[in-house]
Amino acid sequence: MNKLVGALVPLGAALVAFAFGAIMLLAVGASPWEGLQALVSGAFGSGDRLAATAVKATPLLLVGAGITIAFRTSVVNIGGEGQIVAGALLSTMAALSLPDLPAVLLVPLVLVVGALGGAVWGAIPGVLKAYASVNEILSTIMLNLVAVQFMNYLLRGPMIDQREVENGTRIPQTERLSDNAALPTLIPGTRLHLGVPIAILVAIGAWVLLWRTPLGFRLRAVGHSPEAARAAGIRVKRSIVSALALSGSLGGLAGAVLVFGSEGQRMVTDGSSAGFTGSAGFNGIVAALFGGLHPLWTIPSSYLFGGLLTGATNLQRSLQVPAALAVALNGLVVIFVISSGRFRDRIDQMLDKRRELARALSSESDGEATP
Amino acid sequence: MSEFFVSTVLIATVASGVRLAVPYLLAALGETVGQRSGVLNLGVDGVMQLSAFFAYWTVLRTENLWLGMLAGVAVGLVMGLLYALITVVFHAQQGISGIGIFLFGLGFSDLLFQKRVGTPKPIKQLPKVEVPLLSDLPFVGEALFQQTLAAYFAVLAVPLVALLLSRSTFGLNVRAVGENPQAADSLGISVARTRTVAILIGNVMAGLAGAALVLELGIFQPNLTQGLGFIAVALVYFGAWRAPGVLVGALLYGLVNATVLQWKAQGIIPRGASDLAAMAPAVLTITALVVLAGRVSPPAALTRPFNRH
Repeated sequence: MNKLVGALVPLGAALVAFAFGAIMLLAVGASPWEGLQALVSGAFGSGDRLAATAVKATPLLLVGAGITIAFRTSVVNIGGEGQIVAGALLSTMAALSLPDLPAVLLVPLVLVVGALGGAVWGAIPGVLKAYASVNEILSTIMLNLVAVQFMNYLLRGPMIDQREVENGTRIPQTERLSDNAALPTLIPGTRLHLGVPIAILVAIGAWVLLWRTPLGFRLRAVGHSPEAARAAGIRVKRSIVSALALSGSLGGLAGAVLVFGSEGQRMVTDGSSAGFTGSAGFNGIVAALFGGLHPLWTIPSSYLFGGLLTGATNLQRSLQVPAALAVALNGLVVIFVISSGRFRDRIDQMLDKRRELARALSSESDGEATP
Repeated sequence: MSEFFVSTVLIATVASGVRLAVPYLLAALGETVGQRSGVLNLGVDGVMQLSAFFAYWTVLRTENLWLGMLAGVAVGLVMGLLYALITVVFHAQQGISGIGIFLFGLGFSDLLFQKRVGTPKPIKQLPKVEVPLLSDLPFVGEALFQQTLAAYFAVLAVPLVALLLSRSTFGLNVRAVGENPQAADSLGISVARTRTVAILIGNVMAGLAGAALVLELGIFQPNLTQGLGFIAVALVYFGAWRAPGVLVGALLYGLVNATVLQWKAQGIIPRGASDLAAMAPAVLTITALVVLAGRVSPPAALTRPFNRH
């Protein structure tokens, strides 16, 4: 496939989506030009804002890298929201039960436990798909709903900060978690924490896994054709479970990063999943799709969409346009990028034909010199 | 627990169960038509949120419930055309593009609500319409025949959709393009046109579902559906792609929801466990999917774009 076409067509699709974003701005009575300025300066306008963008991009990148693993195995994982919540809950429990562990042990522990929580929550639909033929699209969505209610239950009940009970305020949140579990800040004075480079390393790791390891080869073989993979002796069912567990583990890691990279250093719910995750489970899909389902391209793509989120906060502050605009815009990006695949293929075919024609013509003029 | 079996409480619970089943039923019936043509629309929830907002806004402005329902239908029509463009013309992967529709509906309805309305204001609700004579029957009268017009329409839509799919030429075409589009195409049936109409029916029903939901509640809030539209999609699997099965599923969900609400109100479910009880619909769905998997098979061409080669 022509690389330039592969990159330009999704970009064009995103531009169309942004054009619709301009229409949405007009519909709520804001100037699209001022909106764009507020968006861009809010996302990339200063060091602080760049740091905020990197922090916002981090869960998207983690989820997105996981999405590339699942989708390359032809497994659709829409359970990012639930996997984030599962990872966050389990890692929070770890920090609550071992608060005195030194940071050098506790930080890696909460991250690993978070990944484990997400892996379990991802493996459930994997097992259901592989061994009971349950459609994973539906089961992952349902598990999102279950995870949210379970989070609400735990944070309003067993895991609630005892002070909230004593004061009678009953805000559904945990107590402030051990400082030893907090992700260290990398640049003092900014919000840039350890999770940011970890996510980039994880994305590179996902690339290595998919294209440089036997497991990745098996996953991609299953994604390409389960029948052929089975004929080649690959255990398809196990691969499906692995893909969803791996994908889920990165969602779970994102959940731990959200908790231990947060300013409040605690887990809190507003009753919805988006209230905790910031919809990273869905936005990660957007980032991965825009990155062509390639873990490395998902890195810049996540920063673009992370920028959209921080930019939208600025939009709300300066133009009073609700940040929900970013959610709607992400939806449009998905729609247009995924629709553009057909254009990309068409243009590709056209270019291939021209190349063949050119080759045929040139070999004719060369006489029979080339075999 | 014993207070639950008092007849007045039971009747009220059944009545509210039927009421709560209405948006599930409308959306799932529409999705059934779409899926039978081979098109999965995961965006139902987003369409419902958007149509709910426009129905709410229209009634807020005009105080006319009919115009509100009409606004819901119009949103369904527009979103249906968009979805037909995405899936039938551009052949986009259906699961993911549906998530795009969902995010767009979720975000745009939230945006419009915050900018155009701001604080939630209550609106006129759909009135209950008593069916003459039948509503006077003991037990069933109050439970079944004192519902809104939307509820009667939803129940009436069950045989309509069933007959449409099984008896009409259009229904035959829908099933043909959903099972074997190549064969249907070679018989001269337009796969694109049939799927487009099926998608439009599905989205208009989702639009009606959103309007019915918000006009029943009388108030709008962002993320009003809370995943209801996704459960409606699952109900199509639950009902084995048949209208009567979808009716059974929708009623079951309505009743489970109503029972949970009733038990919460009576304190049968302790306050601390109410979030656990709220998992019931999703857990029920997963269980049903596990039980039904392998026993019922989806339309053979579901989620497969049609290419004439």
